[in-house]
Amino acid sequence: MIAEALTYGFIQNALIAGILVSLISGVIGSIVVVNRMVFLAGGIAHAAYGGIGIAIFTGIPIFLGTSLFAVFAALIMAFVTIKQRDKIDVFIGLVWAVGMAIGIILVDLTPGYNVDLMSYLFGSILAVTHEDIYFMGTLFVVIILVMVFWYRDILAVSYDSEYAALSGINVNFFYTLILILSALTVVISIKVVGLILVIALLTIPIYIAQSLSSTLSIMMILSGIFATIFTTIGLYISYVFDLTSGASIILVAAIGLILFMLVKRFR
Amino acid sequence: MQNKLVTPVIEVKNLSYTYDKELVLDNINLVVNKHDFLALIGPNGGGKSTLMKLIVGLYTPNKGTVTFVENASKIGYVPQNTNINVNFPIKVFEVVLMGCKKSKKGLFGYNKEEIIHAEKLLEEVGMKEFAHTKIGSLSGGQRQRVMIARALCSNPDILLLDEPTSSIDKKGQTQVFELLKELNKKITIIVVNHEITVVFKYATKVAHINKNLTYHDLSSLQKELEINPDKHMCEVELLQMLAKK
Repeated sequence: MIAEALTYGFIQNALIAGILVSLISGVIGSIVVVNRMVFLAGGIAHAAYGGIGIAIFTGIPIFLGTSLFAVFAALIMAFVTIKQRDKIDVFIGLVWAVGMAIGIILVDLTPGYNVDLMSYLFGSILAVTHEDIYFMGTLFVVIILVMVFWYRDILAVSYDSEYAALSGINVNFFYTLILILSALTVVISIKVVGLILVIALLTIPIYIAQSLSSTLSIMMILSGIFATIFTTIGLYISYVFDLTSGASIILVAAIGLILFMLVKRFR
Repeated sequence: MQNKLVTPVIEVKNLSYTYDKELVLDNINLVVNKHDFLALIGPNGGGKSTLMKLIVGLYTPNKGTVTFVENASKIGYVPQNTNINVNFPIKVFEVVLMGCKKSKKGLFGYNKEEIIHAEKLLEEVGMKEFAHTKIGSLSGGQRQRVMIARALCSNPDILLLDEPTSSIDKKGQTQVFELLKELNKKITIIVVNHEITVVFKYATKVAHINKNLTYHDLSSLQKELEINPDKHMCEVELLQMLAKK
């Protein structure tokens, strides 16, 4: 049955997309977690809905609209964090809610629109297109290049930003870069798990990896591997039992986390 | 040591600093000489850390200047609260290398020479065997010595430490200060510290900072008082004495 399923193009696409998104969220999720920016990334994820609304309303491709809007939200967050760190909570809430509100209103205003909005909120991995995969692949390459050239700068900024600034690293640049990459990661994850559940993909595998890793690079790789395992099993379950893919993946990840904690406890 | 020629390395002139409309430092004048072991003491919020950050260059003064003289401009800095990120997945040698100029060759990760260099610096602070340990599994005192190794990476003429022993047990404190004493043979040291007994044992100069600065040369004072560092002293009296001109 699995062998037969794998001959379908849409299943192949789903699997490739699932693996790419898992690897990317392993790298970016690790950076987000060690920088304690999970809530920030969550805000960007929800604000991205505004981009979906804009794309539907204006007729531009969804990925493009969502990416531009999410990056815009990330830039606002970066600006506020750099200028007024103490007000960041308020701005996350603001960007989070206003972004979603813009999306909902624009969808309301779009005449004759009746696409299933749930697919953006909870993922529609079986509808992944070739364009989606190109976009994910490009982001994957960009992130790998960023890591190859700037891993140590990002490590320094994440570990001790004040000291990094002293040793001549442009902290604000890297901080903004991290947020932009997080925003793009959120955008590509929307197809796989949906924007509501993105946060789980950016935290559960990372949490498990963190306690097993002695360096950030190992944490990134382990996170990517765990995320890939959860995504593949989740996809399989979603296909066999005809369930929503995003929710299946997240529940598999949650079960994985519980098992990990039990093993850790009783070993 | 005391007989060496006195050469100034840092000159702070008429420096004032305002934070949130509040005057934190008022017209500070201070000369730090080569091979000084200067302790900055004073009440919380008195401006010790602020003065240190102004010297390091993290803050810019509103008025006045900080000048480094005689090519002694290379500084190493050990910031406060290096214990926050305990769960961070990072090895000791990686932390040390953050203080060094990044080599052009290595892209992802580190090259061999760099790791050897980090191990050498760790040897200097007595932490070589921990080079490949996760930093979170070290004790407070050990972690602080790693931070000193990181500051030494740039081969500094002056080492500045902001409360290096604030959350460390007695034994760790002594180890850190014994190390600083050893380093002081080559390097000028400025340290912000609360533990007045420790300051008296190791520092040669003291600056008491509470918006204004009061300066003391300890070398004569120490002889007069004949301090026994293992005995408890009345810290209140000492502090009051140092706060007065």
